[in-house]
Amino acid sequence: MIPRIYIPADSGALALGAEKVARAIEKELRERGVEAKIVRNGSRGAYFLEPMVEVATAEGRVAYGPVKPSDVKSLFDSGFLKGGHHKRWLGAPDKIPFLAKQTRLTFARCGVIEPLSLDSYKSHGGLRGLQNAVAMAPADIVSQVTESGLRGRGGAGFPTGIKWKTVLDTTSERKYIVCNADEGDSATFADRMIMEGDPFVLIEGMAIAGIATGATKGFVYIRSEYPHAVATMNKAVAIARKAGVLGVNVLGSPNAFDMEIRVGAGAYVCGEETSLLNSLEGKRGVVRAKPPLPAIQGLFGKPTVINNVISLASVPIIMDKGAVYYKDFGMGRSRGTIPIQIAGNVKHGGLFETAFGLTLGEIVDEIGGGTASGRPVKAVQVGGPLGAYFPRALFDTPFDYEAFAAKDGLIGHAGITVFDDSADMMKQARFAMEFCAIESCGKCTPCRLGSTRGMEVLDKVAAGIEAEKNLALVTDLCNTMKFGSLCALGGFTPYPVMSSITHFPEDFKPAPARVAAE
Amino acid sequence: MPMQPASTEIASRTAAIIEELKDLEGPLLPILHGIQEEFGHVPQAALPVIADGLNLSRAEVHGVVTFYHDFRAQPAGRHVLKLCQAEACQSMGSDAVAAKVKQLLGIDFHETTRDGSVTLEPVYCLGLCACSPSAMLDGEVIGRLDDEKIEEIVAEVRP
Repeated sequence: MIPRIYIPADSGALALGAEKVARAIEKELRERGVEAKIVRNGSRGAYFLEPMVEVATAEGRVAYGPVKPSDVKSLFDSGFLKGGHHKRWLGAPDKIPFLAKQTRLTFARCGVIEPLSLDSYKSHGGLRGLQNAVAMAPADIVSQVTESGLRGRGGAGFPTGIKWKTVLDTTSERKYIVCNADEGDSATFADRMIMEGDPFVLIEGMAIAGIATGATKGFVYIRSEYPHAVATMNKAVAIARKAGVLGVNVLGSPNAFDMEIRVGAGAYVCGEETSLLNSLEGKRGVVRAKPPLPAIQGLFGKPTVINNVISLASVPIIMDKGAVYYKDFGMGRSRGTIPIQIAGNVKHGGLFETAFGLTLGEIVDEIGGGTASGRPVKAVQVGGPLGAYFPRALFDTPFDYEAFAAKDGLIGHAGITVFDDSADMMKQARFAMEFCAIESCGKCTPCRLGSTRGMEVLDKVAAGIEAEKNLALVTDLCNTMKFGSLCALGGFTPYPVMSSITHFPEDFKPAPARVAAE
Repeated sequence: MPMQPASTEIASRTAAIIEELKDLEGPLLPILHGIQEEFGHVPQAALPVIADGLNLSRAEVHGVVTFYHDFRAQPAGRHVLKLCQAEACQSMGSDAVAAKVKQLLGIDFHETTRDGSVTLEPVYCLGLCACSPSAMLDGEVIGRLDDEKIEEIVAEVRP
């Protein structure tokens, strides 16, 4: 048997030098006259171990990481093609604690299979969900998804099945499935990982959504900052079409479904569903007022399911193993698993898929291993640039939609950014306003003007000009933005601002030293 | 700076891109991406051609082009360096990285060096948040930027 070497081509692994490692391994194979097949897989998500190279041995896969190009010669010398010991030896990948502690449903194949091999996908359980779906009545598929308790993983947490039912029940000669892959929140990379590491699961999920709702056309709107994901998805769609997974007869059934990949153009606000629809239509990515809901009048005015990548990629396993299997994971009204993305100043950063319910403290301290800098954790931003900053005092909050809402926060797309004690929370609050000002679509006043005014008022606080009065003004402004904005950009910017003010008041005290220094 | 094509040439190359993509549903963004790929920016002379081809007003086309951060009115430098400035990278010192790069290149964000070698831009998240601070150089991703990597990048863009 020719040995197989797995070297991730995931963007995160590439950013850490996976390409150079791959070239060094190829060169070494050539020079030693050894035959081996190099497979470019996705990432398993343990980014502190990337580039993580794996070899398939008779006893299963053996991982080595983080591998540097300079390690390659000695890896060959240690007989790594047979799993030999080396200072980078990690053993069986699924026994690595960070990976062993996870519950991988949506990400079961990510980093394991060859992303663009449909055979590899099928041999790991792929297409079983779609096979079941083509034999079912649309309403039964919708009720399976509803029963699973799956909620929108993009951040809003709206029950996916209910959205699908509205589209199914709306009569129209044309309907659409739109996948929101405009993953712009800092600390999130789950969508990117799935699209690069297991693209067929998203295609399968969208085809199921199409059959369930009567939609025959799908679009994946991917942000332009993800060129590798765009390339992989384009190839995967072409392969799926050729294999009859997409087309006029999905898996040989009478159901038609096809899809296209579209690329965004650097506007964060297009992650908001209605602005994404405008962008797909070729318009400015301006937010639409709701109602009408996209499920009734969405893309080109037609009924449209618009779901996040992870929501759609979680559907195949629900249709394969059943709603009850999925629902059995989780807590309260947050069912199933959630891919938590641990990012920023953290020792063990990466993707951690688990059932809902871990506490924030367990995620940051135990799984994340504390800060990368070794300094104490000061704050954790949960849910991206529109999410609240949590202090240590709230580390007992369980990871659950409702529990986070009760603490004036949100889980959003489940990205968490860890900051050490060098963070200046006034600066973070100001950045939240600045980001909103840069990215506002301009349609509604609280967001368009409020963000700029917020920046100015926070600058006054920083300069020690009537700090107390100006902080009261920021609070009032946040209230206006929260309740007066059309979408989550203006509406949620108050979360990082107010949580900084509430939990870290010491950072907002007038600082004479700060003024003197300027 | 690279030579700019004449406006008649822009019009004919733009028309060819429109012809190829206009049957897509919602073709404007794919067309604009195609034009930017062709010319390195979206030239003013292309806008009336698009407006004609898609039966839109020039104001509508202008509105769309200027809404999106990606579309350039001017060609960029030979290299484009994007530094992530979002929260995860901030937590790992992206401010200091940006300051150092700006100092080494002698330009600020949204500027191009006078010799046209490199354009520097901020970007709000590259999805490399567990490998912060991160950057993208001509579409290639780079993580865990440190002084050594910054100097390598600068040496590459300004030989």
